[in-house]
Amino acid sequence: MSGAVAQVGVPARHQAQGRRSSLTRSRIRAAWLFIAPSLIVLALIAGWPLVRTIWFSFTDADLNNLSDYDFIGFENYLANYDGEWLGLLTEPDWWHSVWNTVWFTLVSVSLETVLGIVVALILNAAFPGRGLMRAVILIPWAIPTIVSAKMWNWMLHDQFGVINDMLLRIGLIAAPITWTANPDTALWTAVMVDVWKHTSFMALLILAALQMLPQDIYEAAKVDGVSPIRVFLRVTLPLIKPALLVAVIFRSLDALRVFDLIYVLTSNSKDTASMSVYARQQLVDFQEVGLGSAASTLIFLIIALLVVITLAAGRVRLGEDPR
Amino acid sequence: MSRLIASFAAAAAIAASTSAFAVEISISCSALGKEYEICKQGVDAWAQRTGNTVKIVSTPNSATERLALFQQLLAAGAGDIDVFQIDVVWTGTLGNHLLDLTSKAQGAVGDHLPAMVETSRVDGKLMAVPWFADAGLLYYRKDLLDKYKRPVPQTWADLTETARLIQEGERKEGRNDFWGYTWQGRAYEGLTTNALEWIASYNGGTIVDEKGEVTIENPKAIEALKTAAGWVGTVTPEGVLNYTEEEARGVFQAGNAAFMRNWPYAWALAQGPDSTIKDKVGIAPLPKGGADGRHAGTLGGQLLAVSKYSKNAAAATDLVMYLTGAAEQKRRAVEGSFNPTIVSLYSDADIARANPFIGDLVGVFSNAVARPATVTGQNYNKVSTEFFNAVHQALSKRAEPAQALNRLDRDLKRIKRNGWQ
Repeated sequence: MSGAVAQVGVPARHQAQGRRSSLTRSRIRAAWLFIAPSLIVLALIAGWPLVRTIWFSFTDADLNNLSDYDFIGFENYLANYDGEWLGLLTEPDWWHSVWNTVWFTLVSVSLETVLGIVVALILNAAFPGRGLMRAVILIPWAIPTIVSAKMWNWMLHDQFGVINDMLLRIGLIAAPITWTANPDTALWTAVMVDVWKHTSFMALLILAALQMLPQDIYEAAKVDGVSPIRVFLRVTLPLIKPALLVAVIFRSLDALRVFDLIYVLTSNSKDTASMSVYARQQLVDFQEVGLGSAASTLIFLIIALLVVITLAAGRVRLGEDPR
Repeated sequence: MSRLIASFAAAAAIAASTSAFAVEISISCSALGKEYEICKQGVDAWAQRTGNTVKIVSTPNSATERLALFQQLLAAGAGDIDVFQIDVVWTGTLGNHLLDLTSKAQGAVGDHLPAMVETSRVDGKLMAVPWFADAGLLYYRKDLLDKYKRPVPQTWADLTETARLIQEGERKEGRNDFWGYTWQGRAYEGLTTNALEWIASYNGGTIVDEKGEVTIENPKAIEALKTAAGWVGTVTPEGVLNYTEEEARGVFQAGNAAFMRNWPYAWALAQGPDSTIKDKVGIAPLPKGGADGRHAGTLGGQLLAVSKYSKNAAAATDLVMYLTGAAEQKRRAVEGSFNPTIVSLYSDADIARANPFIGDLVGVFSNAVARPATVTGQNYNKVSTEFFNAVHQALSKRAEPAQALNRLDRDLKRIKRNGWQ
């Protein structure tokens, strides 16, 4: 949308100082007219809730009575009461949930990227039934998270679960594992279910990038007798890197907001709570709209910060690229 | 002409009376175990008598989630649900959104259990009417106690010993998935009720006392938590740390546990025709902390309340009065083993025939421990959440009981900073 405005706007700037031709002006007007509906919709569904959440984070609003609240500045974030620092930034539970989320994102997205590349390379090879295979691997991704989380919850149940039963039968474990109850395994379990669900999505994006690669490079490498691993590291990986980066950012954004999976698997347990679980608990369970909004605002800032870092890191490495 | 006017008037009157009377009421019934079915029969009977229709809205099984849903609905001022089935600890939290029923129900509640009526009040006003009473009970396998020649345990030490003995014996016979004792250990409100029972049975108080003082950090409470943490992984499956009522019942009713802590609703199901443990089950008060301890079951139960935003408040109130009345409470006691809140029903012959144990429960209810919901008011949910999280950490061996309660004490005092309300 902004591109449309810029394109129309550029010739206008080339004109002699001051007056624009009436034709240019009417074209600019028309452009604004065309993008206005989408801008209004965006402002209503994305801008307004965001602004409202940020505003609430500076108040002591209560879910019980949303019409009556006071502006309290930064007290939800950090405040000093009688020499004791309080507020979200001093709350160990909040920082624990931040750590859980970051750990969950790093581990699950790394695993999904590696497995996604493997799956994409397999699907890129020509073999009978490839079309069917490409459709089938999308099934885990197509099931709503809440449904697959419930499903996994039953499969992982320590007494009736099919996973423990299978592992017991083949003799891999001596006693059933309490996947979701033990805080040490609970977060790993969440990572496992997330990897199961999203690897195919990752694979699909990478596969699209693989299909765009020119074949002549590979033929040249073959003629030169370069080993397949070198070809992958020196040719394939650098060429799919931009697409890979987009896929990683997409997945990371999603993983940083993780809620349904962790909430279904372990409910409100502090040990495994993600940032979104924490914010929901403040907002809904404790009715602290102010504090919950402050947590939501911090989530927004943390995600924005991480995206900027990822993008910057990607650009630096791309810049070093000899191409 | 006058005839015509008269017939018009009559027609209008009929139309008016039916439109004023035949309304649709939405009620939220819990769907735990048999609750949905029994609730449906009750509201259908009322619908037939009054000519109204009633829609049952299903709600989540987990109490924590149900409360969150109700809070969202009510905070938005939505009149979608007219009658709410609420937990005894929610009256203070939801009170602002409920209709004051004092004038309609004041006379009727005189017959109810005083402890239950107390939970229905906010600042002296009756915001709900008691529907059924609950308290934590010990379920045991009669056949297994006979087999191993053990009495019904009177203290937690007895229970631990008996559970260990039966578990070892059964496992020797090749039943590798057999456990001694199951209960509710997931990080949710149910863990608060379980842990309060342990602590109260050791005379360790009720987290916050009636005056609002935080009393949780004491040697008795630490001892109680140590006992409970000792069960996990020995006589209790480690998975209990993620069990709610239904998972615990699943293990017990499959015949895989010697003891279970649960609410009375599990009785009718354990004795159901498809139950593997039919006629092999007994119930008793939960064990005492020690020789000088007490039997303590946490007081639970449900109330019915009318939403302030209901468009048909009169009909909704009438439904509440019908469902909480003696006839319907008797039917629910006979068919679903829901414990009446009307005291005289405990000596009713039909109920005694259907559920022989119900008569003994009056004693359990009069000794029941109430959660500190009234004194902490709007903050109860926070207090309970901090409490069950601290207990969960002690049970999963992430913190020593003493350390967990020390931190809890500090956190609760911080919540209380500006007083409880």
